[in-house]
Amino acid sequence: MKLSIGSVTKPGSTRINKTGSWRTFKPIIDIEACIGCGTCSMLCPEGSAYKDNVSGKYAIDYDYCKGCGICAQECPVKAIEMVMEEK
Amino acid sequence: MEIMEGSRAVAEAVKACRPNVIAAYPITPQTHIVEEISRMVADGELVSEYVRVESEHSAMSVCVGASATGARTYTATTSQGMALMHEVLFNAAGLRLPIVMTAANRSLSAPINIWNDHQDMISERDSGWIQLYSEDAQEASDMIIQAYKIAEDHDILLPVMIGMDGFILTHVHEPVELCSQEKVDDFLPLYDPIQYLTTENPLSFGTIVYPNTYTEFRYMIHEAMKKAERKIVDVASEFQDKFGRYYGGLIDTYEADDADLLILAMGSVIGTAKDAVDELRSEGKKVGIVKVRCYRPFPAEAIVESTKDAKAIAVLDKNISLGYEGALYTDVKSALYGKNGPLAMGFVLGLGGRDINKKTIKNIVAKADKAIKSGIFEAETEFVDLDLEVL
Ligand code: SF4
Ligand code: SF4
Repeated sequence: MKLSIGSVTKPGSTRINKTGSWRTFKPIIDIEACIGCGTCSMLCPEGSAYKDNVSGKYAIDYDYCKGCGICAQECPVKAIEMVMEEK
Repeated sequence: MEIMEGSRAVAEAVKACRPNVIAAYPITPQTHIVEEISRMVADGELVSEYVRVESEHSAMSVCVGASATGARTYTATTSQGMALMHEVLFNAAGLRLPIVMTAANRSLSAPINIWNDHQDMISERDSGWIQLYSEDAQEASDMIIQAYKIAEDHDILLPVMIGMDGFILTHVHEPVELCSQEKVDDFLPLYDPIQYLTTENPLSFGTIVYPNTYTEFRYMIHEAMKKAERKIVDVASEFQDKFGRYYGGLIDTYEADDADLLILAMGSVIGTAKDAVDELRSEGKKVGIVKVRCYRPFPAEAIVESTKDAKAIAVLDKNISLGYEGALYTDVKSALYGKNGPLAMGFVLGLGGRDINKKTIKNIVAKADKAIKSGIFEAETEFVDLDLEVL
């Protein structure tokens, strides 16, 4: 593929750039412990912690979560654990 | 021909180029340029979107956004304002947006100083912007028109900054000939972007690239810079054909043909040097000047060619790369490396608006003379008129 001048592309290039692979630690939500306060989704800098409209539970989009740990740090009931990624 | 302030001469040239968007934040000594353009827009003389931003970072960001939609854009700044633009300057070049900017060259803080030197532009040397320096108000004005033609060429697509010495050129009143609108329209076609943003056809600019292609993107910019060397020379000739004024291509020379000693410098100091050279020539001294008009892309070949018959060159820098030497001096020496060229001496002068007069130039010539005769320099880089008493 030829490179475009100025790296200009059709929108949605991040659909193929799944930056979640850069992560070292992975947040795991303990759904039983979660009280559904939404703090993680409000504070996640990547918009990767979200409320799943189907299950009504909070979840993580691992395609883009960068593993910063803000959600785990801020969760008021400590329902999120950061676990080392194993490749 | 009309007597006018340098800043107005620039504003009039900007108007003649019909930019669609202007975004600027006022800062001394750039203020008169953008004040005048703002007045033109307010009075309906120039139909353009003038965005009054809250900082230079935003001024450049507005230009980037507007340019990405295919608009012709202009801004002006100096000193701390340019430093505040720093990261956006790299983006403008990387996104290949042909923005044109005037830099009313001024020193950088601290300590605060509002007067002229070239530290602001020199500090943005590696941003990917084409850098041109002008000698007088007429050149600073005419270069705006040339700059759009260079920047918007599909082989180039790079932003251009034009240096004009703060106060020395921005605030001086000189005879200036303005270009007629009709001729500018004829010389400068409308900007024809190769890709641009619209609401119907959204695009992402500067999307992430990985280590396997980043080098190639940098190489593309570098190649465009190299092509700009030719383009700058061609546009200067086209401008001469159309308007009858010529300032040289990448460099210009003055009394250089048989000169034993050549002075290399950029900007308004060239005018002073020309007067000094005239007087030295009448005393039989073989002194000449190489005016470096374009600093990036760096005209290495032209400098080697123009200095090959001289015995020595004196490089004048209104900037200092602290811990080493003047930036032009470094680049000139690098160009001359392995070329068996003349002896090269570096002089740092005119910092923070310190006056450079004919005597300053003559003292430099005398020092160089001495070095030619003895074959040794007293110091590699000299701070001209350095006052050790106050230290
Ligand atoms: S680890 Fe960071 S990026 Fe990932 S979901 Fe938590 S807050 Fe978001
Ligand atoms: S911050 Fe903790 S408790 Fe609140 S929604 Fe997120 S995981 Fe559940």
